[in-house]
Amino acid sequence: MKAKLRSLLGIEPLDSRQILDILSLAKRMNPARPRQTLRGRRIALLFYENSTRTRTSFEIAAKSLGASTVVIHATTASIEKGESLKDTGQTLQSIVDAIVMRHPSSGAPVLLSRLIDIPIINAGDGMHAHPSQALLDAFTIMNHKKSLKGLKIVTIGDIFHSRVARSDAHLFSKLGARVVFCGPDVLLPETARELAPGVEIVREMEEAIDGADVVMMLRVQQERLSGMQINVDEYVRRYQLTAAKLKLAKADAIVMHPGPMIRGMEMTDEVADCGQSVVLEQVLNGVKVRMAILAMLLGGKR
Amino acid sequence: MSTMLLQGGHLIDPARGLDAPADVVLRDGLVAEIAEPGRTKIGADETLKVKGLIVAPGFIDLHVHLREPGQTHKENIASGTAAAAAGGFTSVCAMPNTRPINDSPAVTRWMRDEERGAVVNVFPVAAATLGSLGEKLSDYRALKEAGAVALSDDGAPILDDQIMREALALAAKVGLVVIQHAEDTRLSHGNPMNEGVTSFKLGLRGQPAASEWQMVERDIRLTSQEGGRLHVAHVSAAKSLQMVRLGRASQVQVTAEVTPHHFLFTEESCSTYDTRYKMNPPLRSAADRAALLAALADGTIDAIATDHAPHALFEKEVEFEKAAFGITGLEIALAAAITELQHTGMISLSRVVELLSTNPAKIVGLSGRGTLAEGSIADVTIFDPKKRWSYEVEQTRSRSRNCPYGGMQFYGKALATIVGGRVVFNEL
Repeated sequence: MKAKLRSLLGIEPLDSRQILDILSLAKRMNPARPRQTLRGRRIALLFYENSTRTRTSFEIAAKSLGASTVVIHATTASIEKGESLKDTGQTLQSIVDAIVMRHPSSGAPVLLSRLIDIPIINAGDGMHAHPSQALLDAFTIMNHKKSLKGLKIVTIGDIFHSRVARSDAHLFSKLGARVVFCGPDVLLPETARELAPGVEIVREMEEAIDGADVVMMLRVQQERLSGMQINVDEYVRRYQLTAAKLKLAKADAIVMHPGPMIRGMEMTDEVADCGQSVVLEQVLNGVKVRMAILAMLLGGKR
Repeated sequence: MSTMLLQGGHLIDPARGLDAPADVVLRDGLVAEIAEPGRTKIGADETLKVKGLIVAPGFIDLHVHLREPGQTHKENIASGTAAAAAGGFTSVCAMPNTRPINDSPAVTRWMRDEERGAVVNVFPVAAATLGSLGEKLSDYRALKEAGAVALSDDGAPILDDQIMREALALAAKVGLVVIQHAEDTRLSHGNPMNEGVTSFKLGLRGQPAASEWQMVERDIRLTSQEGGRLHVAHVSAAKSLQMVRLGRASQVQVTAEVTPHHFLFTEESCSTYDTRYKMNPPLRSAADRAALLAALADGTIDAIATDHAPHALFEKEVEFEKAAFGITGLEIALAAAITELQHTGMISLSRVVELLSTNPAKIVGLSGRGTLAEGSIADVTIFDPKKRWSYEVEQTRSRSRNCPYGGMQFYGKALATIVGGRVVFNEL
């Protein structure tokens, strides 16, 4: 038997059993029916990068389990004054039971987990990982498709800068799906093929989307492009999800987006609001899955 | 004056093609006599019994960062040279990226001053341009007179073609080698690791191998036009080696060094964001490492140099992207070479000595060193190539511990280091 999960740093270190355990626990979670599983526990939300969606989602999840939360932003005095991650972490360790952490630098939660002894939940680090998002994506897909085994899941857009794409690929691969990446060279290097078993690269969107069960659209992260030459019109022409392109996917295919979504860029209004879009469902599922993550890591021990 | 007999050892002196049992007599700081075992003519006051050990010309590290002046929380000349002595090095070439930058005869002389407490010879490498800014050449003639043995803007490569041309031309005139840290920073952007599969997985931006080999290619082209000698520091990419081979084939005077960490590890060592594996140039792919090993065997690589780059814990125990580049290495270089290269049967012990002593002496033109010919300087390294040991980083003589070698098992260890006839390290 594997040791109890201590921190959630990424999807790659998990096995499929651990993933399915979290997902089945998430089914029993509902923020509308709060529990007291984590009553008296204190959780720090340590955010070195702005985030509304993920931070709110974790905060509601923690509170729905009866935990108290404290939000710490990078603009907080000590951090702005140049305190190291190690010192911030050690300080927090003496007053909270767990840290949910968002950081612009890939690997920062891995570092912190080596330096302190309380559970660390990675809420997104640089371009590396966003495990709670991958889990909620899988949860959402399973609500529609029963299992991921054998599904064709195509992820389209800026793969290079996307921690969601990386974590999704690990998770979908572990649960037996075909993972197809689609995007231009600069946003999808050939090395992406080696990310996880079963990852394929298809450059033409029509070919990628053909027969897909799930279409995952990513935002073009303009703030991360730093010098890359991307022609927006050309990008939209080749990689925007339109109703016509969506027709190439299976009739019951679902359309997903980790948000925030830029209408008219990654997808047309028509697709964003169509019956196949499950974007809003992802948001609610996010809270359930994060409740499951917190309960799994922090529940049942003092 | 004292006379010392090194008795019963096995002498390896590639400069003279020697690889045989011999007794060695040191007198007045020089090698006085080499004789068959038991046949020395000069009487000695002191005898070091070195039976079963290798007696070699003192090792010379072409590439170290001693951090003094200016960054003594990382290292100073006394501590860095103590680490060097423990690793069997009798001479180190100290890179100029100190605070202030060593671009002046005054700093060069200050570094060589006895007051610094150096345990082994310190040969400063002076900055090729003022402040290593890549704009205006420093005074090569005066720097050479002050004791500089080479010129380099290590860590801040000379990108401007015209400045590099001028540097090569003036260095040639003065008779110094130009050492280039080959990195086109317009391609590497200071990124924290090699660009490849591992960097993609980790979500870290990478330095493409091209940022190195394209600079090597350019430097060789400029050297062929301007004359003079070019030494390529810490080669890490397979294609850079191809450039060196092509350059030599067309008679360009170009030499190259490799670090222990580049022939020991690959980019995969970075996969847990362990900043002890963050250095510049970065650890490259398995194919690059294989090419380095082949080049060590076939002679394309001339020297092993450590790029000993000490950093304090607080500069390393941070986010991977933020962490300082560099790793210490003076105390394990010989062991790394023996374990990874000789013990595996890839190269001979004689070639190990050539890489650590004979060739480095030639590259920076240290006359009377890199050999134990009679009359040469009594810089000697005595080592046991078979000794199995484990490196204890807590015991390091360096002020810093930023390396992953702690607990690693090695073959081969320096047991005595003699500088100018004086024993400065002794574990015999």
